[in-house]
Amino acid sequence: MSNPAPNPASAVASSALSGQLPANTTNPLVLGIETSCDETGIGIVRGNQLLANVISSSMDEHARYGGVVPEVAARAHLEAMQPALEQALAEAGVELSELDAIAVTSGPGLAGALMVGVAAAKALSVATGKPLYAVNHLVGHVGADVLRDDGTEIELPTIALLVSGGHTSLLLVRDLVSDVELLGETIDDAAGEAFDKVARLLGLPYPGGPQIDRVAIGGNPKAIRFPRGLTHTKDVDRHRYDFSFSGLKTSVARWVEREQDAGTDFSIADVAASFREAVVDVLLTKAVAACVDREVPRLLLGGGVVANYRVRELAAARCAEAGIELRIPPLSLCTDNGAMIAALGAQLIMAGKEPSTLGFSADSTLPVTQIQA
Amino acid sequence: MLLAIDTSAGTSVAIVDAQGVVRAEHNSLDTRKHAEVIGDFIRGCLTDAECAVTDLTGVVAGMGPGPFTGLRVGIVAARAFAFGAGLPLLPVVTHDALALGETEPIVVATDARRKELYWSTYEGSDAAGLPVRVAGPALAPAAELAASVPSFEHFQLRDSQPVHASNLARLAFLLREHHRPFAGEEALYLRSPDVTLSAGPKRVTA
Repeated sequence: MSNPAPNPASAVASSALSGQLPANTTNPLVLGIETSCDETGIGIVRGNQLLANVISSSMDEHARYGGVVPEVAARAHLEAMQPALEQALAEAGVELSELDAIAVTSGPGLAGALMVGVAAAKALSVATGKPLYAVNHLVGHVGADVLRDDGTEIELPTIALLVSGGHTSLLLVRDLVSDVELLGETIDDAAGEAFDKVARLLGLPYPGGPQIDRVAIGGNPKAIRFPRGLTHTKDVDRHRYDFSFSGLKTSVARWVEREQDAGTDFSIADVAASFREAVVDVLLTKAVAACVDREVPRLLLGGGVVANYRVRELAAARCAEAGIELRIPPLSLCTDNGAMIAALGAQLIMAGKEPSTLGFSADSTLPVTQIQA
Repeated sequence: MLLAIDTSAGTSVAIVDAQGVVRAEHNSLDTRKHAEVIGDFIRGCLTDAECAVTDLTGVVAGMGPGPFTGLRVGIVAARAFAFGAGLPLLPVVTHDALALGETEPIVVATDARRKELYWSTYEGSDAAGLPVRVAGPALAPAAELAASVPSFEHFQLRDSQPVHASNLARLAFLLREHHRPFAGEEALYLRSPDVTLSAGPKRVTA
């Protein structure tokens, strides 16, 4: 059947009209949908105030595979979507009809997983007539900081270090809704991925971050000098703010194999602590360098790897040393969640940005410079 | 009026009224753009049909079988729309809609990619005009369809037909009228996720 041309005179449909700002642009009630990886996140905010943050994780289903399986994650999103929506609305104590807008992660992330959130958000937007904002997942991590309830406000510009199982990115954020610059990112594995892979070769379960933290207790972080990727003078010209963790993982594997082959009774605590130190050292060295180079004395951390104790400890020490103000949103807002997506949507609305048009795609490689799709 | 959504192959969205008249239908055969077009198709159907969300009485979801990445886009859209509009969700088996109106014994076969087909067999239709499925939906290698389908010679092959969401809506009207059960809530992927448990980390040194 042919597609009849839309007839503008017959706008009987009560559906959302793109290009139309929500009625409330000063303190908008926004529902955010996040499905870029293995967390189905539905959050609700009113302006900068957090009302609900529901996370349904499929992490347990991935554990036996040692990492996130995209198809398993996408299937879980389909089943978790409606229960998570219902739970978030109930927690926030609001009705769908009260919302001013809907926001959704359109990228970057796993394509099949993103599509579930994007399709749900579009259908929900048309069904309810609420304007839809397609937003960038990584900028969402930075946006999470506006939801802190300690009364302190995010100061811009800031350097942001986002570290998770899927991303390791260093950003310069001058404005949350209009000016984000990518300084560097991983050229191979994400830091969280390195934790998972090293945990595996040490015989530890997934996810690796908390396991490495656990066995590293009492270990000597200086016992083994593992390589710091892209920190040599020859690399710094081209990759000053980029990261590489693939070589580190291989180096740990080589070291462990050599000791095992020799029958040495080596200390797993030392390996874990030394490996973790190598990751964290590179992360903070580069983040602090960015702060110094760009004369931005503020560093914001985001992403699931921030849950790692040593990341926060070394960040605090290095920032104090360099006179940099360190901001770490609450951990429930550091891991993937829908509240940060809602918060970024609210920021866009408060800045007078128009909604996205309905034809946007799930973009697995959405650049960080594209804050709204 | 019913809104019907199916992404088991391309993307098809339709609005059909209680008399079975197709008020609007948007189709795309593109198997890679489901999430991109789904919103415009739903809104386009409402506009074309001059239909308000409140004029609808249900949302029909094509549950497949279909290749997974695309299939769940339509299912989650149907669920979210039904949730947002406060309407009942009416899941149907997409193959049943492809067999709607057939009076002869047929085998419906649709592309499952990877040189495989999804198939279902039907013994025509019953007195209510509903297709009588005798086997399937199931998955078979395309080259071995005849060997995989029981009594294959008994059935006429119906393959490569595009899915029209309007037929899903018509099927749903009939099911509702005759108090027949709708399909289950599960997406009919008919395949496990592509993943194998590894034996453990591989050695990096020889």
